[in-house]
Amino acid sequence: MLYIPCPHCGLCNETEFHYGAEAGVAYPDPNALTDSEWAKYLHIRANPKGWFAERWVHFAGCGRWFNLWRNTITHEIGLAYLPFTTQPKAPGNTGQEGSRA
Amino acid sequence: MNEVSFSFDDKLYKGYQGEPMAAALLRSGVLSITNSTYHGRPRGVVGLGVEEPNALVQLVSGTKESMLPATVIEMADGLVARSLTGIGALPEPPDDARYDKTNSYVDTLVIGAGFGGLMAADEHLRAGREVLLIDDQPGPGGHLRHLGLKLPSALQDVLAHENLTYLCRCTAVGLYDQNYVVAIERRSDYLGNSAPANMARIRVWHIRADQVVLAPGAFQRPLIFANNDRPGIMLSHAAATYVAVHSVRIFRCAVVATVDNQGYRDALRLHQAGVQVQAIYDVRTVAGGPSVDAARATGIPIRLRATVLDTASNAEGTLHSVIIQDLDTKETFQTASDLLAVSGGWTPIVDLATHIGIKPKWSDKHATFCVKYDTDRLLTAGMLAGDFGGDDDPSIFFGPELDAEQARHAYIDLQRDTTLHDLRRAVGAGLSSIEHIKRFTTIGTAHDQGKTSGMLTIGALCQLNGAAQGGKSGFSPADVGTLSFRPPYVPVPFAALAGRERGLLTDPIRITSLHQWHVEAGAIFEDVGQWKRPWYFPKPGESMEDAVRRECVAARQGVAVMDASTLGKIDIQGPDAAVFLDRIYTNMFSTLPEGQCRYGLMCKADGIVFDDGVTTRLGKNHFLMTTTTGGAARVLAWLEEWLQTEWPELKVYCTSVTEHISTIALVGPKSRLLLGELVTDIDLSKEAFPFMHSRVSTIDGIPVRIARISFSGELAFEINVDWGHARHIWERLWALGRSYYLTAYGTEAMHVLRAEKGYIIIGQDTDGTQTPYDLNMSWIVSKKKEFIGKRSFQLPYLKATGRQQLVGLLPDNDDEVIPEGAYITVLNAHPDEHGKTRHTGFVTSSYYSPTLGRAFALALVTDGLNWMGEQVAIPIGKKVIRAAICDAVFIDKENIRRDN
Repeated sequence: MLYIPCPHCGLCNETEFHYGAEAGVAYPDPNALTDSEWAKYLHIRANPKGWFAERWVHFAGCGRWFNLWRNTITHEIGLAYLPFTTQPKAPGNTGQEGSRA
Repeated sequence: MNEVSFSFDDKLYKGYQGEPMAAALLRSGVLSITNSTYHGRPRGVVGLGVEEPNALVQLVSGTKESMLPATVIEMADGLVARSLTGIGALPEPPDDARYDKTNSYVDTLVIGAGFGGLMAADEHLRAGREVLLIDDQPGPGGHLRHLGLKLPSALQDVLAHENLTYLCRCTAVGLYDQNYVVAIERRSDYLGNSAPANMARIRVWHIRADQVVLAPGAFQRPLIFANNDRPGIMLSHAAATYVAVHSVRIFRCAVVATVDNQGYRDALRLHQAGVQVQAIYDVRTVAGGPSVDAARATGIPIRLRATVLDTASNAEGTLHSVIIQDLDTKETFQTASDLLAVSGGWTPIVDLATHIGIKPKWSDKHATFCVKYDTDRLLTAGMLAGDFGGDDDPSIFFGPELDAEQARHAYIDLQRDTTLHDLRRAVGAGLSSIEHIKRFTTIGTAHDQGKTSGMLTIGALCQLNGAAQGGKSGFSPADVGTLSFRPPYVPVPFAALAGRERGLLTDPIRITSLHQWHVEAGAIFEDVGQWKRPWYFPKPGESMEDAVRRECVAARQGVAVMDASTLGKIDIQGPDAAVFLDRIYTNMFSTLPEGQCRYGLMCKADGIVFDDGVTTRLGKNHFLMTTTTGGAARVLAWLEEWLQTEWPELKVYCTSVTEHISTIALVGPKSRLLLGELVTDIDLSKEAFPFMHSRVSTIDGIPVRIARISFSGELAFEINVDWGHARHIWERLWALGRSYYLTAYGTEAMHVLRAEKGYIIIGQDTDGTQTPYDLNMSWIVSKKKEFIGKRSFQLPYLKATGRQQLVGLLPDNDDEVIPEGAYITVLNAHPDEHGKTRHTGFVTSSYYSPTLGRAFALALVTDGLNWMGEQVAIPIGKKVIRAAICDAVFIDKENIRRDN
């Protein structure tokens, strides 16, 4: 179970959070998009191996949304940051096998 | 030590309090404990603890346990156990023992209280850290306990340190991301009948630690040879411990087969305890070191380059003699022996490390896989880290070469009865991956999860692969694969994981402020999410059908009342509240005048209907939104998500007020008359208080808000009042309502009434694929503004024909209530080449309407809105129900009753 740093509440268990997929996908002007561009906004999100900035909401805590760097391979947790703030750089790779601890 | 008595397979035995049941059975001469699962061969104790693959028993006393190794059961007076052939059965009576759980946050968690773990704990204590030390044994010391040695005083000081908490009988069963460890503490079983009744039998520990030190120790492993499963063949460390520490005196003549110096140490212990050690057979070319010297000094014969090839049994199936092979000349000879002590090397317990994806590394020096790990967060210590102590110099050897016949009885997984023959067959079938071989042969899938067989499998594969490459030596286990385990490390009772969250405590129960009244009125309840809602209110002797019809008739012809308090309610305030609702709902809310209500529909961005409800404008910047009972939390989360992550510029605040406001729905043509007796400060007339208007009033000085909202299509008033005052208003209605034959109705009648009007229930009449257009609700889709989901209505697949649309259904037989969920087919449709007829939709809601005097239904039918009047067939088993498609509104299409 991930240990997630809520920017408002501090470290809490993953069971208190809901996942919100890729961070930084802004709601586009729907009418400026072709059908396929709109469908892409609706249904397509990045899902990379390695470091990934994603959205979480502290559902069973403060109820606030935030963004978080997480390594999808090692499950390492990086920096959390608030929506509409500058995204911090992706953490460096430790290259350490089993660095999930 | 206290002597205790216990029963095994209906015979009484004596043992000592706290010793393993395996020791007591062995001391009593019970060498064969059970028969193996598939081959039915007699089996006895092999090991010392949770690695035991053979000696399975079930406990039928105390809290019954369906399957445990006799090596981990601590003796207590009055235990009753039975042998088990590997397949357990859950006990019949419910488990009424108490289970609980606790959370722990520590600086350092040390797993394993052996020498390595205690040393690590000491280091962390010295660094000023708070340490939690857990160990699955009844006491600290690890191997020292097996050697019958007391803990050195320095280590006793570690245990006594004020910053250290030590939990014995506490097994770490899983290591997860970010140093999360789940451990199972067995608190009362060892006390037997003297355990306090209120004591939790098992406590589940949820531990987060800044640092975790893994010091779990190691298991000794057996060797693969023919007939290596007979009672009397044991791991040497286990054999020596049972003999030397637990005074097992049943063995006369032992043979030791070893690949390392551990065999010598165990031979010495056997010898010192009075067992004649016939010889030590060592596969190595040279053997040296203090352990070897000490054994040699006692005169025990030592033969190098020799090992056990096969065994023979006596009539009872227990070990009779051992066949030894010279590894160079291949010559064999037989020697009588009733104990074969096998030392095949040590396998560190890598389980927990592999839970989080660490791959153990092969070490030629240790002839095993180790995990050497030293990061800020996770460390390994003791044998897991390769610190074997002693003078072991193990050979990489897993067993002699065996012919086809010998391989049939050369067991790799004793519990699964899987042999070298099975492994060869798997490889012969073309399997090379250890993961595939595991699944093909079932090796490592039994109760013990391959604690001894995992390493043997890799070793045997190594030999097979080496042979396949022309006898190439030096083929390393590292080339075959590595050990990998999943949690839990040992079986965990479900009851322990459930803890106290059983029965009534399984899930929260939500009740309304009027719940007690419903109970007293004899309501039958239904669960709606966590809510208890009255389903119907049967009078004495009434069936559900009778009650629901009576309730429906009262609502349509007189006056009826229902508790609608479970409706989700969200208070929405702020200068941008109206703008926000315009974006959320498909229809316009900014134009809604204060004091008026409007039904709204919301979609997800993909255009699919998500929730609905009536929202009332309480002020310029103040709305009260209602949602479906089950959707309240979802909708609030949805509003918050858009406000927080897309439109932070909107000044809007959303607050759940579901449990602040009780809602009483007063429904029926006589509702105005009844309410008029209670409410005198506002004009309830049709002209002064029209449909979808809201008024503030007081009843007995209690502020209420009354709204003309109707989920039945009748004249109706919803009275909203503080949760705590609802019972008073409700009682007042009942006191005045007697002369109106006021009737309480539940959710079933509510469903009939709303379905008669074609009012949908999201989630019942929709299945997550309907747009407003599919629900024949184009009237609610605004053309004048943007809202979430609007763009998607332009997508070709949402505009296409062939979508399922909401329609009504009238069965040909007036009394035939079609089962909900039933598939609908085109009447007289031609079956396809498989003799199947395609369905064209399904029934979503179906009831008997006392007002219509017939059954009716709502359904989703492909292009249904273009099919009005068409006949369809609904096959139910062998029967076919015929029905006609019609409009989804069955009563008062002109809304005269509602707007009255």
